[in-house]
Amino acid sequence: MPMAAEDIEGMIKAAFPDAVVEITDLRGDGDHYAARVVSEAFRGMPRVKQHQAVYNALGGRMGGVLHALQLTTAVPE
Amino acid sequence: MSAHERIDELVKNNDVVLFMKGSPLFPQCGFSSRAVAILDHLNVEYASVDVLQDMEIRQGIKDYSDWPTIPQLYVKGEFLGGSDIMMEMYEAGELQELVEQHGLAKAS
Repeated sequence: MPMAAEDIEGMIKAAFPDAVVEITDLRGDGDHYAARVVSEAFRGMPRVKQHQAVYNALGGRMGGVLHALQLTTAVPE
Repeated sequence: MSAHERIDELVKNNDVVLFMKGSPLFPQCGFSSRAVAILDHLNVEYASVDVLQDMEIRQGIKDYSDWPTIPQLYVKGEFLGGSDIMMEMYEAGELQELVEQHGLAKAS
């Protein structure tokens, strides 16, 4: 079993307490997810840094147990 | 030559280089396929590196960019991101601007 959506959300929220996180299980197989993360912490950060910050929050699981995560990051409007 | 040096050369000697799984004609992963589709749609001249053919590069590029996944796109020596960022930039018209700004379109 790869990773549950709640675990992904929990790890992201632990790093970005203000974040609004939406996780979609793209295929319903618990292995291919899309995540949208909206946090004030991203303001002024280039996209690459925003995504790196989320990957860091996932503690090295990205590219490992977490094979496919389509990531979108944004700051609150 | 170390993996780091080889990657450094690839990144510096090519205006646009995509590190991917498979080749542009036969991508071996959905994310790589998406990256190729975007570059083809932009009509950009680009080099590609199949990381599945080279384990050193496959791990090396992740360390080099501090980025955990493949594909990875470099333009003019700068790391732009993976396929999600490419898609966001494409939808925002930013990739098109970059292509124009650096004259990266294929000669017709």
